[in-house]
Amino acid sequence: MAFSDSVRQLYQEQLKALREAGIFKEERFIHSPQAADIEVEFPAGSSLKKVINMCANNYLGLSSHPEVIKAAHEGLETHGFGMSSVRFICGTQDIHKKLEEKMTEFLGTEDTILFPSCMDANAGVFEAILTKDDVIISDRLVHASLIDGIRLCSAMHDTYKHSDMEHLEQKLQMYQDKRLRLVVTDGVFSMDGDTAKLDKMVELCEKYNAMLLVDDSHATGFIGKTGRGTHEKYGVMGKIDIITTTFGKALGGATGGCVSGRAELVEMCRQKARPYLFSNTIAPVIIAGILRVLEILSATTERRDKLERNTEYWRKGLMEAGFILKEGDTPIVPIMLFNAKLSQDFSKALYDEGIYAIGFFFPVVPQGQARIRTQISAAHEIHHLDKALEAFTKVGKKFDILHRSKQEIIEMYGL
Amino acid sequence: MDELKEIIKNYVINEYLEPDSEPIDYDTPLISGGIVDSFSMVSLKRFLENKYNIQIPDEKATPEAFDSVNKIAQLVREFIKV
Repeated sequence: MAFSDSVRQLYQEQLKALREAGIFKEERFIHSPQAADIEVEFPAGSSLKKVINMCANNYLGLSSHPEVIKAAHEGLETHGFGMSSVRFICGTQDIHKKLEEKMTEFLGTEDTILFPSCMDANAGVFEAILTKDDVIISDRLVHASLIDGIRLCSAMHDTYKHSDMEHLEQKLQMYQDKRLRLVVTDGVFSMDGDTAKLDKMVELCEKYNAMLLVDDSHATGFIGKTGRGTHEKYGVMGKIDIITTTFGKALGGATGGCVSGRAELVEMCRQKARPYLFSNTIAPVIIAGILRVLEILSATTERRDKLERNTEYWRKGLMEAGFILKEGDTPIVPIMLFNAKLSQDFSKALYDEGIYAIGFFFPVVPQGQARIRTQISAAHEIHHLDKALEAFTKVGKKFDILHRSKQEIIEMYGL
Repeated sequence: MDELKEIIKNYVINEYLEPDSEPIDYDTPLISGGIVDSFSMVSLKRFLENKYNIQIPDEKATPEAFDSVNKIAQLVREFIKV
């Protein structure tokens, strides 16, 4: 069918409805490399503004690290720009295998397979390892990419209340008649910044003969004493059957993801996962950069230690200023505003003060839980955090929400 | 009081709602109202099948058929042997 006027009108109406509902997404153009200090064109066409970035997944500050850039340059020279093939035809280089081995070593697993992104890893893993005779039991707050992957799989799917171990146990009991049970969780939940109770989850999975999959995208590189992830934090390294994670956040922040875990499960992905079979893998230049990132992280924990100190400083500063925070100890620090419009107005006011932080509201977070999500980086220096605290406090005073209870803020602004 | 509806309503409250959630009645839209996601209805279907010893075919267990306590009760009654 041609793209007739009536078809065009139909889409225009849908886009208009998104605008009217206040959920139309607009990009802000960054003219500088990713860092703590960035130059932003927003709105489109306006002059560049220098702001402090408080919303990147650049947890370890490695996105524009000189050594990573140098390694990527070298990789480009030695291994070329693209592969023009999927992995199993003629798209696998020595450095792809090397990165898979290094990730296996870093995560303490049995084997690893790369995917073009963690979104693709999550899209491919379930269908590759489960059938209609199996059940997936997932936390209700898992990332959208896991939900999409689960939808592509023929296994039955049920959920348990967020981090509620009693509820998970009930579900595990309920599905003992299934051939296989797979429990699915985020390691760090991206909107709240809390962590899954992996020690308890491993116990339950062992008791009820279930496999455990953890998406550690917001953890790999910096959670745990040596930054291996949430499985290190909870003392269960070697006990997670599948870890999916990304190279698009702490590990250089370019692109790519992987499935790492039991050798047979990884091999099943190599044989059957469609995003692996039908898409080129990560470009050589990026592989070279990630390999350098892993060398940096294996040599010292300096960056994750600094990130931990920065996070403590930031949380303490916000608490003292009188904001309501979601509890947690990860670099994802949500400042609760509850009302959707307030979260957008607050974000705009922060931008005017030179702080780049985004407001999130339903359906990204539950109804009535709108917030500004801040993300701390090892690239932040104390002067960045002090300036951001000053701006948050100024804007907090402007909207009169400091040292107020949730109920008071809701009474002032509504839900 | 309709016992079947109360059983369904109580299950929905215990299984899906948070302590500070708005109360629901028999007609509250559950899935289309954003209270329950359609995935999570699997456990309710399984609960009802086990409790009443019935089998609800997947093609009948649509999000529309599970959208309120009244609709769910109506669906279950189709399968309960008199």
